[in-house]
Amino acid sequence: MKHSFLDQYSDRDSFGHRLDPRVKFLLVLLFILCVVLTPPGSWTGFALYFGLIAGLILISRLPPGYVIKRSLLVVPFVLLIAVFVPFFKEGEPVASYSIWAWQVTVTKEGLQVLGNILVKAWLSMLGLVWLTATTKITNLLHALEKLHLPGVMVMIMAFMYRYIFVIVDETMRMRQARDSRNFGGSRMRQLRTVGNMIGTLFIRSYERSERVYTAMVSRGFDGQSRTLDRLRLRKSDAFFGISVGVFLVLTCVASLTFFY
Amino acid sequence: MEEIISVKDLSFTYPDGRQVLKKINMAVERGETVAIIGPNGAGKSTLLLHFNGILHTNGAVRVLGQKLNEDTLRGIRARVGLVFQNPDDQLFSPTVFDDVAFGPINMGLSAAAVRRAVEAALASVGMTGYEQRSPHHLSLGEKKRIAVATVLSMSPEILVLDEPTSNLDPRSRGSLARLLNNLAVTKIIATHDLELVRAICPRTVVMDEGRVVVDGATGRILDDAQLLWASGLAAEEAAAL
Repeated sequence: MKHSFLDQYSDRDSFGHRLDPRVKFLLVLLFILCVVLTPPGSWTGFALYFGLIAGLILISRLPPGYVIKRSLLVVPFVLLIAVFVPFFKEGEPVASYSIWAWQVTVTKEGLQVLGNILVKAWLSMLGLVWLTATTKITNLLHALEKLHLPGVMVMIMAFMYRYIFVIVDETMRMRQARDSRNFGGSRMRQLRTVGNMIGTLFIRSYERSERVYTAMVSRGFDGQSRTLDRLRLRKSDAFFGISVGVFLVLTCVASLTFFY
Repeated sequence: MEEIISVKDLSFTYPDGRQVLKKINMAVERGETVAIIGPNGAGKSTLLLHFNGILHTNGAVRVLGQKLNEDTLRGIRARVGLVFQNPDDQLFSPTVFDDVAFGPINMGLSAAAVRRAVEAALASVGMTGYEQRSPHHLSLGEKKRIAVATVLSMSPEILVLDEPTSNLDPRSRGSLARLLNNLAVTKIIATHDLELVRAICPRTVVMDEGRVVVDGATGRILDDAQLLWASGLAAEEAAAL
């Protein structure tokens, strides 16, 4: 089976794709930090952030439709959490409704907070989509290692990337096997089958982990993860990283002082 | 001839009480290609795990003239390449390069030497150019070849393979057999694939219920229909003469 949806478009070639993954990772981290620190209501600041990330997406030749679709994925979750804010935040009422016996009031301040949360979440997602759509996961993992993230964490992520599809395939095969023998039955019984499947999957994964560990030990693994360095920081990477970083910090500082 | 592996009175019981190996005796000489055949559950895979010390019992197994113990394990594992049956267990890295380089890096080779070893190993299994691919995008035949490359990159003196041809289509099986035949190292192959045994292994060890039943020339063993039936390797009983 082919699976590429994790880092789709990352095998293309563009300025954004050729950037050093360490620079990209740090930039996106800084981008999210700046976006989060920008005070609510400083729309000039948000517009500048949007201009920057849109520019990055354009020079990386990513299809805008794909980027927007992916970035909107998170919105329902944010909405679910933030949708009640306009009703509870104290302030100038904008509208009020009566539902049965309750009088519900939407406030201007509340709406602003909601808008602020949505914009920040969406901008952060755009940054992450840009990162994953221009960087192969293997390179990203390597970058994290070079940035001295704890080796165990990088290894866990590497195993996740390697085995997620193996486990997805295994689940699908189990489901096919169940469906070929499933002739209805009560809801309770079907739930029990699902429970058994999850249990089986866990045990199989556990046993697989033992076999994988044996294979690692057979080739001299002693708990220390080692890889060859294959990243080289070019001048253009450093230059680009520094200029975008300065732009981000300036925008954030300006938002905190002038635009607010 | 130099005795490269020697097993004396090896018995092994898993922690849950199943005794899988019962007083195994066998020896392998340098340059031999030995097949280990036997029905499911005969103890083949358990025996293979003793050859590089994943499982070890006091002094019953000697590899390359050394007793297996905590001090010799690392050295011996670098010289005995063990290829597991399921390539999804053997290939655990995000890219083919990382996987083939895993052993050499752990052996402490320099970056340039690691690159050379990876290149040579991939070339010898005919998989040059696959370095940056992810294992989950490969076919089973390709995965099995890469799995062999992951141990070849350590230039082992002994190659131990567990079911190298299982689940492969006949053409991939044939090309893997030719590939193995061209590798000039000592090989021990546990398998159900009697065609493979006949093609590349001059010597065969038959195991059943944790014991060595027969150990001898492949042709003689594979022509003994009665023996194959008795040890679960033939689908039908030979017609009584």
